[in-house]
Amino acid sequence: MLSLILILIASAFFTGIILRVKSMASGRKGPGLFQPVKDVARLFKKGVVYSETTSFVFQIAPTIYFSSVVMAMLVVPFGQSKGFVSFNGDFIFFAYVLALGKFFSIISAMDTGSSFEGMGASREALYSMFAEPAFFILMGSLALLTGHTSFQEIFAALHIGSYISYALAILGTFVLMMVAMVENSRMPIDDPKTHLELTMVHEVMILDNSGFDLGLILTAGYLKFAIYGALVVNLFIGVFPYQYSIPMFFVIQIVLATGVGLIESFMARFRMSHNAQFIFVLTSVSLLIFFGVLMILGKFA
Amino acid sequence: MNLINVFLAIPVLVILLLPFFKVKGKGLALLSAIVLNASLSGYMAAQTLAGNVYQFAFPGSLVTGPVNIRVDALSGWFILIINFIFITGSVYGLFYMKAYQSQKNNLTLHSIAFLLLHTALVSLCAIQNSLVFLIAWEIMAISAFLTVIFEHEKMATLKAGWNYLLQSHVSILFLMIGFIWVAFKTGSYDFSALTIYTSEHQGATGILLFLCFFVGFAIKSGFVPFHTWLPYAHPAAPAHISGIMSGVMIKIGIFGILRLITLIKVDFYAIGLIIMAFSVVSGLYGVMLAIVQHNLKKLLAYHSIENIGIIGMGIGIGCIGLGTGNNVLATLGFAGALLHTLNHSLFKSLLFFTAGNVYQATHTLHIDHLGGLIKKMPQTALLFLIAAIAISGIPPFNGFISEFIIYSGFYYWMQDSLLGPLMTVIFSVLALVLIGGLAMLCFTKAFGIVFLGNARQKFHHEVKEVPFLQLLPLYLIAFLIVVIGVYPQFLLNALSQPVNLLSGIPINTMIHFQDSLLGDILQPVTWSTWIFILIILATFVIRKFITRERKVAVESTWGCGYVEPTPKLQYTAGSFVRAYSKLFRPILLSSKTEEEVRGIFPSGGSYETHSYDRLEKQLIDNPIAAYKSFLGRFLFLQNGKLQFYILYGIIFIVTVICIPLIYDQIVSFYEFIKQI
Repeated sequence: MLSLILILIASAFFTGIILRVKSMASGRKGPGLFQPVKDVARLFKKGVVYSETTSFVFQIAPTIYFSSVVMAMLVVPFGQSKGFVSFNGDFIFFAYVLALGKFFSIISAMDTGSSFEGMGASREALYSMFAEPAFFILMGSLALLTGHTSFQEIFAALHIGSYISYALAILGTFVLMMVAMVENSRMPIDDPKTHLELTMVHEVMILDNSGFDLGLILTAGYLKFAIYGALVVNLFIGVFPYQYSIPMFFVIQIVLATGVGLIESFMARFRMSHNAQFIFVLTSVSLLIFFGVLMILGKFA
Repeated sequence: MNLINVFLAIPVLVILLLPFFKVKGKGLALLSAIVLNASLSGYMAAQTLAGNVYQFAFPGSLVTGPVNIRVDALSGWFILIINFIFITGSVYGLFYMKAYQSQKNNLTLHSIAFLLLHTALVSLCAIQNSLVFLIAWEIMAISAFLTVIFEHEKMATLKAGWNYLLQSHVSILFLMIGFIWVAFKTGSYDFSALTIYTSEHQGATGILLFLCFFVGFAIKSGFVPFHTWLPYAHPAAPAHISGIMSGVMIKIGIFGILRLITLIKVDFYAIGLIIMAFSVVSGLYGVMLAIVQHNLKKLLAYHSIENIGIIGMGIGIGCIGLGTGNNVLATLGFAGALLHTLNHSLFKSLLFFTAGNVYQATHTLHIDHLGGLIKKMPQTALLFLIAAIAISGIPPFNGFISEFIIYSGFYYWMQDSLLGPLMTVIFSVLALVLIGGLAMLCFTKAFGIVFLGNARQKFHHEVKEVPFLQLLPLYLIAFLIVVIGVYPQFLLNALSQPVNLLSGIPINTMIHFQDSLLGDILQPVTWSTWIFILIILATFVIRKFITRERKVAVESTWGCGYVEPTPKLQYTAGSFVRAYSKLFRPILLSSKTEEEVRGIFPSGGSYETHSYDRLEKQLIDNPIAAYKSFLGRFLFLQNGKLQFYILYGIIFIVTVICIPLIYDQIVSFYEFIKQI
């Protein structure tokens, strides 16, 4: 339950920090930290415009997308304290529930009959497909290392002892963060602030959403970021008592958000055609983690 | 005994009567025969799942020896699946075939073949005598062939049928070699001879024998690289036949493999690794090719190959559990495989039936010619959507449950393994994850292009939803898909018997262990699924409540400033997967013909892509071409003159007669050479 509250709090300012860092890096003062939340609150009050091409799929998709992210949030633990639900193999459930949301967001984009949204849908389907193996191999490696198969048990049993495990934690952070970037459609896979529909991935898929539905989609995006941030935090806090781990949670989340902001300020988005190769690299890195785990366990002997 | 006589008498009687009925009567007679036979066999099958075993012995004939019939839990599980899909399929078929009412004779043949197919499939699950098994197998193959070529006036259909018939016989050939091998060594055609023979001959002999059977069954079930008949036969057949073929007929191959595992005594660890390798390749290759298909039914056919791969992974895990004496692993593997067999039958038949609806309404299955059907056929679209989510293995539907069990098996296997198995696990998991992702790409494409957006083509006839009665069996299947997804526990009891049988746990002793194992794994998943559904419902209610007085406007889709969009501007199936097909070009074999738009006043351009099966080209087409060119060298013999043919005949006869005459000379010559 603790993780739920923490994630909710983190999601409130995570995107705000990214925006603020980006503004400051480009020499502007930038909006307040809670501007994204205010945007959503405003959207929730607005009416809605539907395209005449769309069907019921378009109307239910944002709700299901949002619900899938909420469900995924319930699975994430916080160090010693379990998530709202926790069971053996819950990370499989986590990934597949998010997949349902993705499925609906893709078909809802197809529902509009717009070529731009079809383009975004096609890219999203391809990229998320490549991000998933990295996540599963990472979790599989950690499961092998700790001998457990649920988020909470894995993270609770994970303790950093040797140099190899430091390397593993860093690689794991890298993989999780990159998966988060892919899942949230941020740099360097996708640029949320691009001005041209042709170069968008996620933004172009929601071109036709408005009002409450758009609010749901944006909220889901904020939550997703905080969820992956929480997973990264979990790699490090392990068995620390709460008085240390809770501040650590916020520090790491803020560091991550700042990092994302800086990357987005000083890096260009990859060429679309290179994205797939990049995501292959991600899978390779996660395989590296797997081999690292094998080394720790002495399986190569 | 009587039950079996009745079971065999019903089809014989109905087949004899069928030609005399009117068209409507034929359908009803067929349906009632199927229902009657299904309830007979289903009654017995349901008993076996509660722990009973039925055994009958027929005296048989001089050739076959005594014929044993045995219905155990494994047969029961498959018989129930077969019966369910056949009943829903025949109700659906009744309506689907309305368009062909005028082809009276054709329909008679079709009905007879259909009934024979059902009888043969159910019998195959129970027969314990290899000769009779082969005969039933042959009846199944031929009756399936007859049902496939219903539209035999189309050349493509006929070709697909021949292709299927030929490959089925290659399958029979392998089975025959296996059975005769055993019979030759033991002198008995009974299945128990297989156990006796292999327990005496461990090692390479057993594995070779297993491989012989495995190839036979793999051709039937469509494991890569034995799959090439499948993507032709499924699209060519009428929709209800494709649903049945993909739903249950290819599963008889899976049944064969599982039955073999209960009989044969070999090194299951090696067998498990072999099956795993085939399955991983099948799963990945199937879905990779499915994505680039333009024909909806062909796309679904390739997905059958993918799902056979997933089932195979479960069997592989189960075998490895058997080989290492790990009961938990064996249980997880076989439970996953059996459950996925059921699940795949459900959603794949539903997909084929809905594809049939699309064909019935639009007369085309070309994905790029369709679009926007959700407005004309909302119910079909909804059913297709449910099946599409289920087949992608996404909760809250049934596909997720079986894949979850298989994942659990993989992660369980990983504990305490050595390096080799660990590598197998991690790459199999990688494959399973990729399969899931690719399936999602494929079904968002299929659903998105066919049902969503605007119509890409104008049809000269009215496109409308099929009648409700036709949709009724489809709703029944969808209902089961949802129920298994949100409450799989109701199946656990039924599942525990066949799983016990396979994992070699003595019946009735370890039931509690079984129940608690699968129950423990699935209970939290079920809870989470319910929570998930509650969250969805809650979000809906909140959304409804908040937006109840908001303004709802309807506008045209945002065209980025362009105000005169046409349906042609929409993303097509080809463009949706273009990035994918570029990435996987080394594996796929696609050709494109392109005419670029040129000049200031362009006259028009065109773009066409075709994809072909690289394995089919390498393994089927190229050898056939080489064989043809070799035989082509003897073309001079075929000169069309009758006199020459008579001469060949005489030469042949003379040779045949002469060989025994000069046999002694040959032998003495041989001896002479030996002495030197």
